[in-house]
Amino acid sequence: MKILVCITHVPDTTSRIQFTDGNTRFDNSGVQFIIGPYDDYALARAVELKEETGGSITVLNVGEAETEPTLRKALAIGADEAIRVNAHPLDAFFVASQIAQIARDASYDLILMGRESIDYNGGMVHGMVGELLDIPSISPVMKLEIEGNLGKMSREIEGGKEQIEVELPFIAGCQEPIAEWKIPNMRGIMSARSKPLKVVDPVSEKGMTKVKIYALPPAKGDVKLIDKDHVEELVQLLKNEAKIL
Amino acid sequence: MSILVYIEQDQGNVKNSSLEAVSYASALSAIMQGEEVIAVGLGNIKENEWKKVGQAGATKLYHVSDARLDAGIIQAHAATLAKVFDKVEANTLILSKSSLGDAVAARLSIKLQAGLVSNVVSLPEVNDGFKVKRSIFTGKAFAETQIETERKILAIKKNTIEIKTDGPEAAVETLTIDIEENNFAAKIKGTEKAEGDVLLPEADIIVSGGRGLKGPENWGMIEDLAQSLHAACGCSKPVSDMGWRPHHEHVGQTGIKVSPTLYIAIGISGAIQHLAGVNSSKYIVVINKDPEAPFFKSADYGIVGDAFEVVPKLTEAIKAIK
Ligand SMILES: Cc1cc2nc3c(=O)[nH]c(=O)nc-3n(C[C@H](O)[C@H](O)[C@H](O)COP(=O)(O)OP(=O)(O)OC[C@H]3O[C@@H](n4cnc5c(N)ncnc54)[C@H](O)[C@@H]3O)c2cc1C
Ligand SMILES: Nc1ncnc2c1ncn2[C@@H]1O[C@H](COP(=O)(O)O)[C@@H](O)[C@H]1O
Repeated sequence: MKILVCITHVPDTTSRIQFTDGNTRFDNSGVQFIIGPYDDYALARAVELKEETGGSITVLNVGEAETEPTLRKALAIGADEAIRVNAHPLDAFFVASQIAQIARDASYDLILMGRESIDYNGGMVHGMVGELLDIPSISPVMKLEIEGNLGKMSREIEGGKEQIEVELPFIAGCQEPIAEWKIPNMRGIMSARSKPLKVVDPVSEKGMTKVKIYALPPAKGDVKLIDKDHVEELVQLLKNEAKIL
Repeated sequence: MSILVYIEQDQGNVKNSSLEAVSYASALSAIMQGEEVIAVGLGNIKENEWKKVGQAGATKLYHVSDARLDAGIIQAHAATLAKVFDKVEANTLILSKSSLGDAVAARLSIKLQAGLVSNVVSLPEVNDGFKVKRSIFTGKAFAETQIETERKILAIKKNTIEIKTDGPEAAVETLTIDIEENNFAAKIKGTEKAEGDVLLPEADIIVSGGRGLKGPENWGMIEDLAQSLHAACGCSKPVSDMGWRPHHEHVGQTGIKVSPTLYIAIGISGAIQHLAGVNSSKYIVVINKDPEAPFFKSADYGIVGDAFEVVPKLTEAIKAIK
């Protein structure tokens, strides 16, 4: 089975988010970048599926040269080759167009992505690629088994889950507990250095949306502490001040 | 031109989040040129549920009652909506962010060549281009985003707008849409759902428990508190990882992102990844025995104390005023 895993290169979940250039650009100074946590689940499941059924894993990122260490890490975790589409990801549509082009050329059996990126949180790229390739795209997927030509999935819905079956090829947007994150071992890190990382030019496509300016939420005021022996005061505050109860 | 709103249902009932989407569309219509707000619901929707959709501000109601659409099959819903969009000559589609809504919106963006913005948290500015604010970095920031296409899709985050209830009555019309069989390639084989409970993403009040509660056997008091508030239950990641609570209750960066009116966190330390999922709540109450717990910095109200002592008392105090 030929599997494509699309990964993002995003700030570590503990990063403090800041902007620069008059709030028009993300400030990446001092920020650690990681494989998107959901993409990491997708990759982990891909590695397991490869162990079960054989085949190959290609990891793909649409991004500039700075994302290569993230792709190398994915190679160390178990991907066989990496592709970087050399472009600044303008928006979800732009990214989806690039992924769709790579997928058309190589015809993968299965495309795994994360449920959403943790920078722009769109949860859109998989659906867009699905539509561009005219194949099903299922998300968020919590469980994925491949039996012959059939994908069996559990998809999260509000307050529960549903069981879905669909034939290959399809796209799945992954989330836990689909697999456990894999930490690269020494052998993986060594072999990642010699695995192929191909850089390709983007297909010309404009985005459909553009960020004009960024903003941070207003700082939270101080917490009002209530004595643990007078919880009825909290109830009064919720009722009279917050007007909730 | 008109504004189309996608209505989602749960067991035949219109979801509150969809009523929010209708109310948003109605407010949008007021700042545009008074465009018509057309709501479309697919599959099984109870007849008396439509009234609320009209009250939320839709001037026309369309029901595509095809039983194959009862289940939320992503491609089939997207294909149907694309046809309705053309039929009613819409230029904007509004829907609420949900597991089905997101997936459908993404496909429609391609089908309709419509710029899509998700996680929308306010009404757009329309004087100089079409710009709308969305939440990014899991609630840690916002981005004012311009849509550069003629057609537009907005996926609205919960609690962006109050649900309107004073709209005029509107009649429901049945629409028949021809949906090609290939859109039903994905087969839904079964559904497991917590019946009757308040759904976490839809809930107005959430009571959430963390590792500080020591074990699943102690969730009774969390459920009691939730019940007294008509709230949904949530939990931190380790709690669902250890199987104390079902995965669909896991809140945070890698779980469900919520934006209720009130979030009550009990025995949760307030790790940044947990906060990321709750920081757009209107009010946050933290109960933790450690006065240094980071969660207090993000809270509106806090009680430093042992949950096993505080929570039952709080439940009693709430019952007393109800
Ligand atoms: C990439 C990544 C993604 C993550 N995503 C998420 C996510 O989506 N959601 C999430 O929740 N976490 C997430 N985490 C984990 C997160 O970092 C924390 O480990 C987790 O939130 C801690 O859960 P907790 O607060 O329940 O437990 P703890 O940190 O162990 O805190 C327990 C708290 O309970 C208090 N307590 C103990 N006993 C009592 C008592 N009797 N009464 C009152 N209080 C008491 C303690 O003072 C403490 O503050 C993620 C981590 C990573 C690395
Ligand atoms: N720049 C990118 N390069 C490769 N894959 C991406 C990129 N952006 C998003 N994706 C994939 O699409 C998924 C959903 O992203 P999003 O729609 O941005 O939330 C991510 O989890 C990735 O798997």
